[in-house]
Amino acid sequence: MPIHFPNHPGLVVYLTAGDNGLHTDPQAHPAQPGNPAPRGNAAQPGDLSLTRDIALAAIDAGADVLELGVPFSDPMADGPVIQRASERALRRGTRLADVLRLAADLHRARPQAGIVLFSYLNPILRFGMARFADEAAAAGADGVLLTDMIVEEAADYLAHMRRTGLSPIFLAAPTSPDARLQAIAAHSAGFIYAISRTGVTGKQKQLASDAAALVERIRRWTRLPVAVGFGISSADHFAQVGQFADAAVIGSAIVELIERSGPGQAAANVSRFIKGLRQPALAQTL
Amino acid sequence: MTAAITESANPASATAPGRFGPYGGRYVPETLMAALAELEAAYAEASTDPVFQSELDDLLRNFAGRPTALTFAARLTEQLGGAKIYLKREDLLHTGAHKINNALGQGLLARRMGKRRIIAETGAGQHGVATATVCALLGMDCIVYMGEDDIRRQELNVLRMRLLGAEVRPVTSGSRTLKDAVNEALRDWVTNVRDTYYILGSALGPHPYPTMVRDFHRVIGIELRQQILEREGRLPDAIVACVGGGSNAIGAFHAFLDDPAVRLIGVEAGGRGKSLGDHAARFEGGVPGVLQGTYSYVLQDENGQVALTHSVSAGLDYATVGPEHAALHDSGRATYVSADDAHVLDAVVRLSRAEGILPALESAHAVAECLRIAPRMPRHAILVVNLSGRGDKDMGILARELKIAGAEALDQA
Repeated sequence: MPIHFPNHPGLVVYLTAGDNGLHTDPQAHPAQPGNPAPRGNAAQPGDLSLTRDIALAAIDAGADVLELGVPFSDPMADGPVIQRASERALRRGTRLADVLRLAADLHRARPQAGIVLFSYLNPILRFGMARFADEAAAAGADGVLLTDMIVEEAADYLAHMRRTGLSPIFLAAPTSPDARLQAIAAHSAGFIYAISRTGVTGKQKQLASDAAALVERIRRWTRLPVAVGFGISSADHFAQVGQFADAAVIGSAIVELIERSGPGQAAANVSRFIKGLRQPALAQTL
Repeated sequence: MTAAITESANPASATAPGRFGPYGGRYVPETLMAALAELEAAYAEASTDPVFQSELDDLLRNFAGRPTALTFAARLTEQLGGAKIYLKREDLLHTGAHKINNALGQGLLARRMGKRRIIAETGAGQHGVATATVCALLGMDCIVYMGEDDIRRQELNVLRMRLLGAEVRPVTSGSRTLKDAVNEALRDWVTNVRDTYYILGSALGPHPYPTMVRDFHRVIGIELRQQILEREGRLPDAIVACVGGGSNAIGAFHAFLDDPAVRLIGVEAGGRGKSLGDHAARFEGGVPGVLQGTYSYVLQDENGQVALTHSVSAGLDYATVGPEHAALHDSGRATYVSADDAHVLDAVVRLSRAEGILPALESAHAVAECLRIAPRMPRHAILVVNLSGRGDKDMGILARELKIAGAEALDQA
């Protein structure tokens, strides 16, 4: 099913695949003599069952699209929260092939939800762009977002997206001039990801005034849905974004919630957080 | 600038701007694209503006100390019994390394663009010191990102930067070395892109940096060419330079690219062994990939995760290499070898005692290769080592590694 947002505003949830939070991180809890490393750590590389549980909970709580983040050693566009999550996921041995398997699992379990594979370019290049596109499409993914891929460099990438029917999702920034927005709109499918402010990923207190102006400029060039991301962390932000955009992307706030969750609590916490976005009264109980 | 993509934007095309064969390009978050376009335009304008060029030339001559000497290494030549060895003395420049060439060029460009806040990354600290120096000279704010491990091993340079008024921000992510400092500088730039200029320190990163940084260092090869013609009446048989990102090497090589009789030899960090993680020899252990905005050889695991690196020299301890070197490697115009830590330490002592010149650990990689190949070359051959920096900054490491305090290792050297 193509990416769609049946509710308004739509909700895109980002998860760093393979991050189980602090309580199973081997570095946070180094094994000591007589005090073995916690369960669910690097002893089981490729076990993404917790990410799967959280993703299902997120969909059931109201997420329309899931972005599955492929952990990378050098996440230059990410703030500290997603950097830490990537480091934990890599310490657990998470590979691109595992993320593709997770995508297939989720697609089977919840075919109505959109699935976007979210990665830096290098793990994809190493895997092989053609093989990646084939396997992502076979897994039932709907779209791909490559953080460090710009439209000018994308000819080969776009050819593989077209060939396999995957939606290439590009970032649009407040600093992008209209000529770039036009090119981004022309080459995107699924939705356009509008970055709310200059900066790396991470929570913020106030939604930048840049965001509404950017969405308005993007709409001159496309009828695709526009999702706003970077820094959205509360029901207030979510409602504000709904006034001018089709959807909001929530990443760091949820990744941080997973980081702080106790054993077995992450999926329930994420579910409650997401329900609270549309019903702020629920959020009070968090 | 047109943002429309064309078939020529395919990475396989060598004709796209900022491409060296298939290498180079721009792989960055969208937020930086407007800034890179602005930089590209400003640089294109400045590089043809005689006023900009004459101001830069004046600073290179009267502030930095150009032209640098070409020193005949008489005793080393005699000891090795082969090629005549010359040293291109970038170590004599103000601040102690070739890095000042680029820092001055980009500093002037930043001022011309009206940017008052300067950021930079540094590994060994030489680029950080050069940038802090230029910011003091031009009255600009300076923030230098430096890996925590490098801060520890290059403490003297950290103190110099602080004395010059720069803020040194420790980077604690990843391997806490140069790669992570670049990540952090890029994150700062993405956040403060509207008022900040990023003085990238090597011929690396997204277009236009590899071209621009190379251009600011081309003066090395241009001087060298003229000096060797004056002294020897002919071009050298080989030029040897160390390669981290590769800025001193590309600066030394560039004036000789069209002279196929001049062998160009880049020396990477062989570190402590051949296993992934023990060295920074990208052309021996790396495969093409994208790191920090450019497509080049990258040391990485089978999952595309960037590998940790090791070198006794912080300045070469880096997982990727400038894209122009990748193209020169593939075409065979330049050859790339590596020198391991032990040979590098030996080279520091050999050059110091034979010539009274203490090379930086980075530059000592080139000296080590010279020690290896000069004896095999005929006596009429000419070998030039680009001595990119001086070793004063390394005294802490040298004291530990060579056990100078006990003097045993030195006496045996």
